[in-house]
Amino acid sequence: MSKREEKIYSPDVGWKDITHGGTITTAGNAELFLTGDWRSMKPVWLKDKCKQCLMCYYVCPDTAILIDENGKRIDFNYNHCKGCGICYKVCPFKAIDFVNEI
Amino acid sequence: MAIRERLSGNEAVAYAMKQINPDVVAAFPITPSTEIPQYFSAYVANGEVNTEFIPVESEHSAMSACIGAQAAGGRAMTATSANGLALMWEMLYIASGARLPIVMACVNRALSGPINIHNDHSDSMGARDSGWIQLYSESSQEAYDNMLMAHRIAEHPDVLLPVMVCQDGFITSHAIENIELLEDEKVKEFVGEYKPAHYLLNKENPIAIGPLDHFTHYFEHKRQQAEAMRNAKKVILEVADEFYKLTGRKYGYFEEYKTDDAEVCIVVLNSTAGTAKFVVDKMREEGKKVGLVKPRVFRPFPAPEIAGALARFKAVAVMDKADSFNAAGGPLFTEITSAVLAHGATGPKFINYIYGLGGRDVKADDIEFIYNKLLEIAAPGKVDSIYNYIGVRE
Ligand code: SF4
Ligand code: SF4
Repeated sequence: MSKREEKIYSPDVGWKDITHGGTITTAGNAELFLTGDWRSMKPVWLKDKCKQCLMCYYVCPDTAILIDENGKRIDFNYNHCKGCGICYKVCPFKAIDFVNEI
Repeated sequence: MAIRERLSGNEAVAYAMKQINPDVVAAFPITPSTEIPQYFSAYVANGEVNTEFIPVESEHSAMSACIGAQAAGGRAMTATSANGLALMWEMLYIASGARLPIVMACVNRALSGPINIHNDHSDSMGARDSGWIQLYSESSQEAYDNMLMAHRIAEHPDVLLPVMVCQDGFITSHAIENIELLEDEKVKEFVGEYKPAHYLLNKENPIAIGPLDHFTHYFEHKRQQAEAMRNAKKVILEVADEFYKLTGRKYGYFEEYKTDDAEVCIVVLNSTAGTAKFVVDKMREEGKKVGLVKPRVFRPFPAPEIAGALARFKAVAVMDKADSFNAAGGPLFTEITSAVLAHGATGPKFINYIYGLGGRDVKADDIEFIYNKLLEIAAPGKVDSIYNYIGVRE
């Protein structure tokens, strides 16, 4: 993503530079939107209990659970985890805890 | 060589649409604009255009389909009147807010209720702050010419706003007049190809249109939209100039008729200007110094220009074919008087007449009455009543 494109969506862009009507001209820019700010509860991955069934990966509504090149889930991306708790609900092995954000 | 024809306003607009040959026309029939999609659908059926014609189930859908088509990268057009325009309301703002240069033929008709199918300007005047450019037309010729200029204005990169071309329902839309048409190739060349910088069907550069836009960005988008309307003022004149070179027909923000040495002046939109010109000619023969200003461009509003044109008169009557129900004056009157005040013209006295609501006929006598009232005020007399009605039974 070019500097100019980043600028278009940044909170300090002025009216002369912003895209017409809010049109998003760069695909895949959701990554720039840090939904982690929304969180009041936070999932915690208990790596030892995890069986790598990947149920959590499928249900996460954002991109806060990613898998590595070996097909294994890695730790949460807290920049995008909005704290909805769905992963915590679905984990069949109680490998995710859900705690207050402090 | 221009083609001489005899066409009604609706026929002229449909013919312009045929020559423009847009990608999509989505429309729902409503009197008195029904004939436009009707004639146009015949062009589609006869293979005279390549347009995708979408006979939608409501005007809300008509405007929604136009928005989708234009966002996809096509040229989209529609036609409507009165409550059809009212039903589009929500989508009008989305079209302009998303900066989609859609072109609409608005055949002016009174808004219900009570229900009425005849001409006044309550429909388009209600949409005056929807972010659409509004061009008004006295005759079939002007409706045709405005349609041909509309895309050029709308699609200009400094503008990117939708355009509404207004004409008077029945009076203009159904009356057959002599008209000069351009050849198809000349229209094609003048209107040109639509080449949007970004569009949804461009797989090389995928985009999203109409995202959630909170307090962090919405204001900037609206400020930018307001600038586009200001830019439109320049583009409207540039396009008119090019059109003049092509046709010899001159257009500006407004037409001045016998105003050079006039002492009093009427300001009126659309077909009533034709009646007023007849009265001006007659009163001029009697040695009365009367003139007329007929706005063509209502959005953007040419405030300094109109204030400058009116500043030299002793008295001005603004005639409104729509009431604002604000206890202060009709929409054209309040815009003009605020423009005059803001731009420092203190000379003329202003009065307002609401006329012709629901298609009530306005006669030459009515206009003559107003001119005589203005001459009285200019005498110098005083303004006894600012906000008035003409042609209503007391
Ligand atoms: S659902 Fe639970 S066990 Fe399955 S991968 Fe996610 S954390 Fe591990
Ligand atoms: S809490 Fe919600 S957003 Fe965060 S990782 Fe779990 S499912 Fe994804």
